[in-house]
Amino acid sequence: MKLTKTLLATSALVMSAGAASAIDLTFVSWGGAYQKSQLEAYAKPYMEAHPDVNIIWDESSAEAVAKLRAMNEAGNLTWDLVDVDAADSFRLCDEGLAMEYDPDELLAPADDGTSASEDFGAQIVNACYIPQIVYSTTFGYRTDLVGDTPPSNICDVFDLEAYPGKRSLEKRPINNMEWALLCDGVAKEDIYDVLATDEGQQQALAKLGTIKDQVIWWSAGADTPQLLADGEVVMGSTYNGRLFSAIAEQNQPIGMLWDAQVFSFDGWVIPTGLPEDRLAVVKDFLFFATDTQRLADQAKYISYGPARASSAPLVGQHADLGIDMAPHMPTDPANAQNVFYYNFEFWADYRDDIDAKFQAWLAG
Amino acid sequence: MSIGHPEIPKPSLTGFTLPLMAVAGLCLGYVVGTANGQPLLGLIAGAAVAAALGYVLASFVPDRRVGRLGTAAVAAIAGLLMAGVSGAVVGVIIGLIVSWFAYWLSTGDYRSTVPVYATAGDVLWHNTFKLICGLIFFFLIAPIVVVLPLSFNAQDFFTFTPEMLAFDPEGYSLKHYRDFFNNPDWTRPLKNSFIIAPLATIISVSLGTLAAIGLSQSHVPGRRAIMAILISPMIVPLIISATGMFFFYSKLGNWMEGNLGLSQDFIGYVKVVLAHAVLGIPFVIITVTATLVGFDRSLTRAAANMGAGPVRTFFKVQMPLILPGVISGGLFAFITSFDEVVVVLFVGSASQKTLPWQMFTGLREQISPTILAVATVLVTFSIILLTTVELLRRRSERLRGMSPT
Repeated sequence: MKLTKTLLATSALVMSAGAASAIDLTFVSWGGAYQKSQLEAYAKPYMEAHPDVNIIWDESSAEAVAKLRAMNEAGNLTWDLVDVDAADSFRLCDEGLAMEYDPDELLAPADDGTSASEDFGAQIVNACYIPQIVYSTTFGYRTDLVGDTPPSNICDVFDLEAYPGKRSLEKRPINNMEWALLCDGVAKEDIYDVLATDEGQQQALAKLGTIKDQVIWWSAGADTPQLLADGEVVMGSTYNGRLFSAIAEQNQPIGMLWDAQVFSFDGWVIPTGLPEDRLAVVKDFLFFATDTQRLADQAKYISYGPARASSAPLVGQHADLGIDMAPHMPTDPANAQNVFYYNFEFWADYRDDIDAKFQAWLAG
Repeated sequence: MSIGHPEIPKPSLTGFTLPLMAVAGLCLGYVVGTANGQPLLGLIAGAAVAAALGYVLASFVPDRRVGRLGTAAVAAIAGLLMAGVSGAVVGVIIGLIVSWFAYWLSTGDYRSTVPVYATAGDVLWHNTFKLICGLIFFFLIAPIVVVLPLSFNAQDFFTFTPEMLAFDPEGYSLKHYRDFFNNPDWTRPLKNSFIIAPLATIISVSLGTLAAIGLSQSHVPGRRAIMAILISPMIVPLIISATGMFFFYSKLGNWMEGNLGLSQDFIGYVKVVLAHAVLGIPFVIITVTATLVGFDRSLTRAAANMGAGPVRTFFKVQMPLILPGVISGGLFAFITSFDEVVVVLFVGSASQKTLPWQMFTGLREQISPTILAVATVLVTFSIILLTTVELLRRRSERLRGMSPT
């Protein structure tokens, strides 16, 4: 009798433990310092509060669209939450691969009671996109290779006489075309009108052509910091957080050129088709991870601006170095004197066409 | 006149040794001069110094050891004065090479490995051939050797820093190795690789060996067609196999999850192990088939005659004799799985992330020297593995009296 009872009790215990057993969630992000900031600011605190949740990271955000399409076709969804560029979230949302959500129901209100949809404001660029950060694509330069007057204007990138040497630019038309037109005398407010025409595109490519043989084209965010550290380029574009890390954490002789930086957003999307139990945990995580304090915490680890208006005053000091993070944010007033906003509508309409022309120009 | 003669081993000093030394000096001087921004000066100084050195060593310093150490010491001091510690190291290396070259020419050593009747042309070709072989080895090894010192970089970039070049201990660090062994981003893939590769190897060795033995029987119908199909994973572009496997194993995984109630994590490992086993099988089949060619079939008949069943014959007679082929096939299968990145990217999910996968994403997202530390560890591991297997193979051959020596 006693034996049976013990056995029953044990098996009941095992079964209840099984029911509440650990759940493995796979989050997709970009790797590197950015993923580390997500881990430290909210994934670790969340796992500490919920020991039954284990988060596994997949650094596949760069191929998120293609992989989600393939998973959808094969009926084999292995991702639970995906970090994507705002531009990619449009494609995923249109194709129904990302889930639409209600901001005021899913996301926490600000501490003063402002609703989430108001606190995030225009950053919620579509019905699927859950904003996290604002980042910028901008230039860094080698302080020891630019002489006595460091570059302060975006057009210095195109000035081979004042700043001889190689530059690194991203191997795609976005941002490069805008910068080229701006430095070819097109007024900032007219740029997208000009770029919509074939002549405008040729004008931008012609301007890029003046420095083409001095350009090293990059495709990964880590390339430009590496090239700058090697002294292979005198200046190069990349994400501002990468440059911050090279300057502040690696002590490289690199300076920031904030002029005409291009703002863009990065955030989460929930893939369509998650089973109920996993979806519930993901929603719980998102409520926690996008609240005012957590987004402000993220800025301790990387110099990207929090997407919530209410998080900005809470941005403090770097977690290890103890330096004030506010002056390194792309959104800091001193840095944001001349800013471009990534134009989602324009690039959604023209991307394929201009991409093809740009690649043909590169090969020619 | 150019026919070699054992009684005249020493070549002419002014007509042979000195001009060749000058040419060598020209090349070295040009390299050093270019590095310092004065190629022309380097060219002339290099030629003059090398010729003078050749003359001094050949005429006044008959003792090789004294000559070579002396040259190295002088070059080291010159290097130290010019460029600090790193200059001294470069100086020692250049000094040793140049002095070796001087003695090699002046004492007639360059003829020592060719028969005495070889013509000048033969000798020239013989030594050029050796040089070409050396260059090919350099071409194969240099890219691997370059990453070794970089993995000790104290900075987070793939760059030889000025501190490293000056051999300043500050410029070196083991932190990337610490990162590799402590960071879960790397320990987890390491563990996964060591789970997946051995299991895939066991499966491909068992199936591949059986297939090879079956296909070596002359009475099997359609042998060539079956062989071609089994080898195809090696020939079809990997990206094509990977796409196909992705869809095939997705369905298989869904079925296992739905009907057998297995956990997603476990199914993930099964999928990757099976996919890697498929990639490894062709290697096993090819190596085992090759060993079976030399296998004497009358041995199996003899065993059967003595009353042994087929299974016993296989394990007691056939297997020991084809073991070298099985082992080298297994090694190839292991390395295939251990190095594989394309298929696992498609078939695996993040919890099956292997080392090559992590290195691939690491290179793309964050150019971190931890990747070089991993590469160094893996190169060392491969060398140890191959050496061990080769030693074991020689030992077993010696024990069975198969080795010709």
